[in-house]
Amino acid sequence: MTRGLIFDLKRFSVHDGPGIRSTVFLKGCPFQCPWCHNPESRSAKAQLLFREELCLGCAKCVEACPEEAIVMVDGKSQTDEQGCRLRGECVEACPVGARELLGRQVSVEGLLVELQRDRVFYEESGGGVTFSGGEPLAQADFLIAALEACDDAGLHRAVDTTGHADSQVFRAMAERADLVLFDLKIMDPDRHRELTGTDNALLLSNLKLLGEIGCAVEVRVPVIPGVNDDEANIKATAEILVDLKNLVGLTLLPFHSGARDKYPRFGLNWTLSENLQANGEKLEALASILRKANLPVSIGGEKDE
Amino acid sequence: MNERVTELRRESRETPVSLSMERAVLITEYYRENEGKLSTPMLRASTFAHLCERKTLHLGKGELIVGERGPAPRAVPTFPELTCHSEEDLRILRDREKIPYAVSEEDIHLHLREVLPYWQGRSLRDQIFKELPLNWKDTFAAGVFTEFMEQRAPGHTTLDGKPYEKGLLDFKAEIAAALDILDRDPDDEARSEQLRAMDLACDGVIRFAERHADLADELAELEEDPARREELRSIAHICRHVPAHAPRTFHEALQMYWFLHLGTVTELNGWDSMNPGHLDRHLLPFYERELAAGKLTKEDARELLQCFLIKFNNQPAPPKVGVTAAESGTYNDFTNINLGGILRDGSDGVNELSFLILEVFDEIHLLQPQCNIQLSRKSPDSFLKAALRVLRKGYGYPSMFNVDGVVAQMLRCGKTLADARDGGSSGCVETGAFGKEAYILTGYFNTPKILEITLHNGFDPRTQKQLGPKTGDPREFANYEDLFAAFQTQLRHFMDIKLPGNAIIEAIYAEKMPAVFLSVLIDDCIEKGLDYNAGGARYNTSFVQGVGIGSITDSLSALKTHVFEGALSMDELLAALNVNFEDREEIRRTLSERSPRYGNDDDAADAIMRDVFDTLFDAVDGRPNLRGGRYHLDMLPTTCHIYFGSVLGATPEGRHAGLPVSEGISPVQGADRKGPTAVLKSAAKMDHLRTCGTLLNMKFLPGLLSEKAGIEKVAMLLRGYFRLDGHHIQLNVVDAQTLRAAQAKPEEHRDLIVRVAGYSDYFCDLSRELQDEIILRRAHGDA
Repeated sequence: MTRGLIFDLKRFSVHDGPGIRSTVFLKGCPFQCPWCHNPESRSAKAQLLFREELCLGCAKCVEACPEEAIVMVDGKSQTDEQGCRLRGECVEACPVGARELLGRQVSVEGLLVELQRDRVFYEESGGGVTFSGGEPLAQADFLIAALEACDDAGLHRAVDTTGHADSQVFRAMAERADLVLFDLKIMDPDRHRELTGTDNALLLSNLKLLGEIGCAVEVRVPVIPGVNDDEANIKATAEILVDLKNLVGLTLLPFHSGARDKYPRFGLNWTLSENLQANGEKLEALASILRKANLPVSIGGEKDE
Repeated sequence: MNERVTELRRESRETPVSLSMERAVLITEYYRENEGKLSTPMLRASTFAHLCERKTLHLGKGELIVGERGPAPRAVPTFPELTCHSEEDLRILRDREKIPYAVSEEDIHLHLREVLPYWQGRSLRDQIFKELPLNWKDTFAAGVFTEFMEQRAPGHTTLDGKPYEKGLLDFKAEIAAALDILDRDPDDEARSEQLRAMDLACDGVIRFAERHADLADELAELEEDPARREELRSIAHICRHVPAHAPRTFHEALQMYWFLHLGTVTELNGWDSMNPGHLDRHLLPFYERELAAGKLTKEDARELLQCFLIKFNNQPAPPKVGVTAAESGTYNDFTNINLGGILRDGSDGVNELSFLILEVFDEIHLLQPQCNIQLSRKSPDSFLKAALRVLRKGYGYPSMFNVDGVVAQMLRCGKTLADARDGGSSGCVETGAFGKEAYILTGYFNTPKILEITLHNGFDPRTQKQLGPKTGDPREFANYEDLFAAFQTQLRHFMDIKLPGNAIIEAIYAEKMPAVFLSVLIDDCIEKGLDYNAGGARYNTSFVQGVGIGSITDSLSALKTHVFEGALSMDELLAALNVNFEDREEIRRTLSERSPRYGNDDDAADAIMRDVFDTLFDAVDGRPNLRGGRYHLDMLPTTCHIYFGSVLGATPEGRHAGLPVSEGISPVQGADRKGPTAVLKSAAKMDHLRTCGTLLNMKFLPGLLSEKAGIEKVAMLLRGYFRLDGHHIQLNVVDAQTLRAAQAKPEEHRDLIVRVAGYSDYFCDLSRELQDEIILRRAHGDA
């Protein structure tokens, strides 16, 4: 039985593909993008989170821990990271939800049961399931098995990917997805390596591969002020995309800093400037460059009327 | 909006609500002279005709649709023959911070001198309380249930298409025909009196219209502006034609309905006012005909509709007292116009006017009337999306109904398919066959309170009375099934107190308070020669409204999980409840955070919800009422979940004493953690088709609906719920931050309307508890 590590399953997901969807967030990512909205996705391991301000000091977790890795210090519980085996018994025991185990192992079968709960809404809306992350291809075996199971169940499948994966694996995914949501960030290889910690050659060749396979692609560009919102980057993006067959959409995602507060909880530093803000005019200017290239561009969160 | 409409709307919004003693004084005078000399129906009819002849008329500047219930807009009459306010009641109404009714010292004295002495002991409310048995009164006082008809008449009715095809003279001809065929059997005396009373009531309303015609002519004489003079002449002309004759034009059709509306709300203070129902389909023939003939433009129609809607807002709900004021404290009198739906022949009812009326609601957006869309599988998505575009402005309406489900509910209750399609939803969410049914709410039922009494072996800790049977000390229950069986016994016991109480009240209304004018308009009262309040309607339904399904489900789930299957002893639990969880936060949080809860698509919790629903259903559905019809179950709270919470101690789902219980079929405020699809899935596990209405509230932040894709997705979310037979959903589109700001600075947010239950109200007029509760309802779409 193939199992995967996921850190969330969000129902009524409305921004990751057509219709009403459930998005499965897989844990682990090869990139270190400093604007990442899901810093909890980076580590490929489960993590125990503790919100001290909620702790009542009831010591239920101390009783519950089979590893005896929790002690009370000054009326608050404290976990010995070395001793913790991430069993999650303390999470279950805590009456106030101060403990959270980020990342749970799921089987494909178990996951499908959960995903099918919203079938009626997928059917009414032309929605389905989206696998996101992290980088879902980092758990390729699980992802492929889950995609196949969704197909058997008649669920529309989208995969939200950075494109950074072995080409064979990437192809296997693309052949089993109805839609690939491809995150394209920085075209310049050096700058890409500098900011994300990884080369972009592989992902660009995988993007080309999508054209060959014929799978529908929606490219999404998170527009980060001062990082990739220069004309040169957008023009380079346009050059690559004009030749891409089956490009069904191109979305510029306006930056927002909502995730900043999450960083410290995962022991991460927010390295971008503190007060970055999306610039509507600039986005519009970038969109018009792409529009001139006859690309199906839209800006994320477009207003109605 | 043009200048005329802007001004009429401003007047309607800004005129303070006041009480008018005119009706009370006129009616008291008339009763003093005539009570005992006439049969009850004739006394009611001649009193009504007297009011129509004598009441002060109002024809406001610029008005196109004319007629007020009171002597002026927002001046509300009282109904002392039903509930006679005490001096204290009047002062409370005048002085209270929320929903006040201004009343002068002079009028208070007038009331105390002329009105109160006559009605004391004689008002229907006094008679009802005299007749009801002690166990009913004790249970009522404990807050186990409420009683709708203790101070307002059975009403809650909606008209069908008849008034657009027939005038009151046509109804009079039908009455004459019915009188002609009466035989000489003993019941005929009563029938004949009833029919003669109905006939007289028609004369009253025709006369009321003629007086408006005379007034319009008089004003025209004095009017200097030639355009307005012409309008006044035209108003006079219209008022001489309708309601005596069937309307010929769009304008006459609206004025026709309005006179009938005023007649029914002047005759009695029926719950939920009166309602034109499917306004779009009824007006369509007039609209199309005149548009084609070039006699009316879309803009003319818009202006007339605007003027028409404003008239409803000029008629705030008659003031209630005591518990009833708490269960439904609002100026809103619940006229809920239906748009869309399915026509008698099964075709889609959405037409051009459905869209125009939505636009007019968007422009006018007053507290009342409110509107809803009746969405069928056949309705175009464009209609649903147009409704969502109005809704996202944050007025709290339109609400959304699944009309395929509404029709199925009515078929289950024995209505014909055509009558079912003519029907829809009125009041909050209640299903009825418009123009053919008396479907009467009898009272809310406090389901979580039943559990509290069960956990005290039949004893009510608040009133310190043994109200229920001794179903056993809960410490001795061997398992959850024992507890649930005891709960079922208690629930049936209290329903067996509630329903016989209703029978007493129904009998009093049938005998003493016929609705003779309303009876003209509802099939088959004329044919049967029987009053609306006595079973004259084609269908005669009584509802009990279950409240607190979320709270009771979560309470039982917590008991099952932690007491019967977990480590907590019943003794510890009861002790924690008794001290309102003081110093027991750990227990409280364990119960609340670590139990399966309704609203998360969790089958363990939802199975309990279904068990409770089935218990309620079995205790209510199909039992006979006094009018030859049957009881059915609704699941809606209005604002009663606040009152029911106030009489309830701490509950096992971790709720502190006195706080509101869950409203409608919504989850406990904040208990749903898995988003809107999970809430809808949970809610749809209830069998909505066995009810006659359920109410589900959901709060969305404005962001989601501001996006094109968001509108689309919310529309499909609703379609999904309706495919699962969900009955109704209403969305509050407002963020918690805005609501908190409104609490802090009410003066800056006076026009903030939020969805409360089956209706919307000004947020600043709500009690602090209700405001807090609305803020707590989980907002969706905030990711």
